Amino acid sequence: MNVLKETRLVALRTHVLKHNDVVARSLREEFLANEVCAISLVSSPGAGKTALLEQLLGRLILQYHVAALVGDLATDNDARRLGRSGALVRQITTGTICHLEAEMVRTALLDWSLRDLDFLFIENVGNLVCPATFDLGEQIRLVLFSVTEGEDKPLKYPTIFNSADAAVITKVDLAQAVECDLPAMHRNLQLVRPGIEVLEVSAKSGQGLDQLLTFVEQSRRRQCPGT
Amino acid sequence: MHELSIAMSIVEIAAAELRQQGGTTVAAVHLRVGAWSGVAREALQSAFELARVDTALDRCQLQIEEVAVAMHCPVCQCERAIVSPDDPRCGVCGSAASEFVHGRELEIVALEIET
Repeated sequence: MNVLKETRLVALRTHVLKHNDVVARSLREEFLANEVCAISLVSSPGAGKTALLEQLLGRLILQYHVAALVGDLATDNDARRLGRSGALVRQITTGTICHLEAEMVRTALLDWSLRDLDFLFIENVGNLVCPATFDLGEQIRLVLFSVTEGEDKPLKYPTIFNSADAAVITKVDLAQAVECDLPAMHRNLQLVRPGIEVLEVSAKSGQGLDQLLTFVEQSRRRQCPGT
Repeated sequence: MHELSIAMSIVEIAAAELRQQGGTTVAAVHLRVGAWSGVAREALQSAFELARVDTALDRCQLQIEEVAVAMHCPVCQCERAIVSPDDPRCGVCGSAASEFVHGRELEIVALEIET
């Protein structure tokens, strides 16, 4: 017997990462309600996220309540490095997963009181591809890339640069040694993310750290107008 | 390989819709994927074949429609295609974009549900 199957087309128009987006939205609302400025950092491995965050946490902690979540495939080395600043730090070990998702952030924050925080930094897994697609509920996404990585990085990874709110060019103390064409870096950034604010810093020499500190403080005032 | 997370999410959404709509299986999922969505088509197809195993979608096909990057050109004053994936400037006059209007899409457009 030939059984006729009927197929009907059901229109849906749903974002594939709907669940992640829902969790991210609720996190963003919680950050806002508790006046926490949440800033995530994305970059390729070795661009200097942890070194920069060490400097930033060390300075912010003198004035604010600061916490950080650090994503890595394995080891808690970065969390231990950042913990020396005195900030509240927690490692998220992702195992084989190449990026953080909103649910991982929510779980990591469960027993922290957001009300007691002014800043939350979320250091994503070092990767310029996968983290681009996942909203973590952060208010500001900083994309970092170092002068040693090549000026065309924004053109090679447009998705992540286009998803960022501001860009930080790191290791600028090495710019001359590696013959980095900084104006080309700026041009390429503007091509993929028109109007993006760009900061040049060196965690080693301290160059640009004051400007970065001003940027994060201004971000907090913009995101949490009551503060 | 974030495509596996994405494939699992597609299976979850489609299975939930199947339960709600009633039906035996989902024959196909129609997806729109932007060139700047951060998702590689081939990797997503392979991941989907893994993710659908032992679910109500075990024979389901993934139909992917690719969406090209499009920008608003401040000089032409309209939506334009870009020169090439490596050169995201206006395909007509070569100006830099004021913003990008397409390319980040990652959405399920429709399901083919078998009764």
